[in-house]
Amino acid sequence: MIWFVWRQFRVQSVVALGTLFIVAAVAFITGPHLAHLYATNVATCGARGDCTSVRNKFFLNDSTLRTWFGIVVIAFPGIIGMFWGAPLVAKELEAGTHRLVWTQSVTRTRWLAAKLGVVGLASVITAGLLSLVVTWWASPLDRAAANIFGTFDERNIVPIGYAAFAFVLGVTAGVIVRRTVPAMASTLVAFVTVRLSFDRLVRPHLVSPTIHELALKPATMGFGSANGGPFTLMPNTPNISNAWIYSTQIFDKLGHALTPHFVATTCPRLISGVQSGGPSAGFSQGSRVQVTPSAQKAFQACVTKVGEIFHIVVTSQPANHYWLLQWYEMTVYIGAAIILASVCFWWVRRRLS
Amino acid sequence: MTAVLEANALGKRYGRRWALSDCTVAIPEGKVVGLVGPNGAGKTTLLHLAVGLLAPTSGTLKVFGRRPAQSADQLASVGFVAQDTPTYAALTVADHLRLGAWLNSRWDNAAAEQRIEKIGLDGRQRVGSLSGGQRAQLALTLAIAKRPELLILDEPVASLDPLARRQFLTSLSEIVSEQGVSVVLSSHLVADLERVCDYLVVLVASRVRVAGGIDKLLSLHHRVTGPRRKLDNLPTDSQVIEARHADGQSTFLVRGANLVVGSDWTVENVNLEDIVLAYMAHSAADTDVTPLSESKK
Repeated sequence: MIWFVWRQFRVQSVVALGTLFIVAAVAFITGPHLAHLYATNVATCGARGDCTSVRNKFFLNDSTLRTWFGIVVIAFPGIIGMFWGAPLVAKELEAGTHRLVWTQSVTRTRWLAAKLGVVGLASVITAGLLSLVVTWWASPLDRAAANIFGTFDERNIVPIGYAAFAFVLGVTAGVIVRRTVPAMASTLVAFVTVRLSFDRLVRPHLVSPTIHELALKPATMGFGSANGGPFTLMPNTPNISNAWIYSTQIFDKLGHALTPHFVATTCPRLISGVQSGGPSAGFSQGSRVQVTPSAQKAFQACVTKVGEIFHIVVTSQPANHYWLLQWYEMTVYIGAAIILASVCFWWVRRRLS
Repeated sequence: MTAVLEANALGKRYGRRWALSDCTVAIPEGKVVGLVGPNGAGKTTLLHLAVGLLAPTSGTLKVFGRRPAQSADQLASVGFVAQDTPTYAALTVADHLRLGAWLNSRWDNAAAEQRIEKIGLDGRQRVGSLSGGQRAQLALTLAIAKRPELLILDEPVASLDPLARRQFLTSLSEIVSEQGVSVVLSSHLVADLERVCDYLVVLVASRVRVAGGIDKLLSLHHRVTGPRRKLDNLPTDSQVIEARHADGQSTFLVRGANLVVGSDWTVENVNLEDIVLAYMAHSAADTDVTPLSESKK
């Protein structure tokens, strides 16, 4: 049975192995140089002081390749779902060969189990290897970028979950639609929809974020208006290494948000300065806008005054939640794959007769 | 009579349409049974139900006394050649034999290879490049090398040219005489069936119109011709299947073991096709003819 599944699956597996081979070859050719650059420049920059510019400069290396590898890892599960999953049963139904294979001395359940098992395992292994190679290759760049959540779905183990899910999604579409091309199209649409909505709606809630409070400091604050609204104090997004920051807000001890009205009444000089065309609207300490010393003084006084009552609340996933999130997300996708697989078994046994 | 296949009030519905309804039929063991009927009579549906590709909506169906395709063992006992003989176009002939070997516990590889050689196929040939006749022969090889006790063929020759058709049916006859397997073969061409079958079931609109050994059917039916009038005074066990009146002459197809008619009637033998067509045509007129079935005795 396994031989038979493999025999039918030869072309697709060659294409996948080819992709894997090309990615691995490129990664193994360029990877060591990248690691070497990191070791000689970035790793030792602490001793020489200016790390930020060294990191930023290093990060420009192989940036196109990094983008392409990211695209390959992101797209691979969807392609597996379309080209491995959708035709798995649909092609047999279309060609009528299910009448041949279902009347041999193997029950449909075993037949489907072998198909799902062999090709599913191949999907998971290929996606895993691909992610492993790319994760290894990009590790110096990712360390320099210090933004592990920025590449969350292109690295480590989540691509395995995506591949398992996309594959079984494709099989399910094929079993229900019974035609290869429409099944491929619906697989793609469904997979993209699930991934996008999961990213936005589910992932932020998988693990509860950490909340920490910071004092208001002129150095981390800005002043301006959002979308043409009233002028108020605005916190800069704090620079927390490898964290995924959901929000940065200003609250008092009772949890009330800072209102523009409060700023206006507390810091009348700052507001009138803006309205009289003094300092340019929306400056912050970090930006290079020229600010008059008096405006700067007014701003600092305002921040100090407001800071007596208010503080900054940062909601974020810290770096140490990364692996927890990776495991959770992979588990959710694999769980969905298992549920879809049981739908396939039920459908093949009951509905296709 | 032991039945290899027994359907009782069997029905299969797709949505609102019944492809087969209230079908009661018994297929005897050790025979080559031809299942004949017009398109849409439910032949394919009945055969798909028998091999377990379909599940019945109503009624019961037993093959060797069990529900079809319930276990690997049950699947092994029935060989099936589907309509248009589906095979894997991208795989080679040898791949198909390997497939058979992997998917069937009772697979007889020597017999399979012998048949492939006999029909002149090369193991390395891709099945997609074979002719319809060769593909049908390959499908038959797969079905027979699993050593089934019952072989079911759904219109296996419908799409073949006359030569390939004859070769296929000759192969089938050889297999039957060598292996003594029970066979059910569907077709809408009586001539095909007559060549290989020894038992006939005529299925029209899900109902068995007539069923019996071909020799018996031939000896039981006669054409009675005479001047235009009604045919009466028939013995009680005789029945008019079809009546035609034209040009001052009446022609009847009559069923009866002891046919006695007046001296002005001519009685002739009829061929199988005439009998089958009479039963099919008759069903359209829908007059009352008791279906003849040996299983009822």
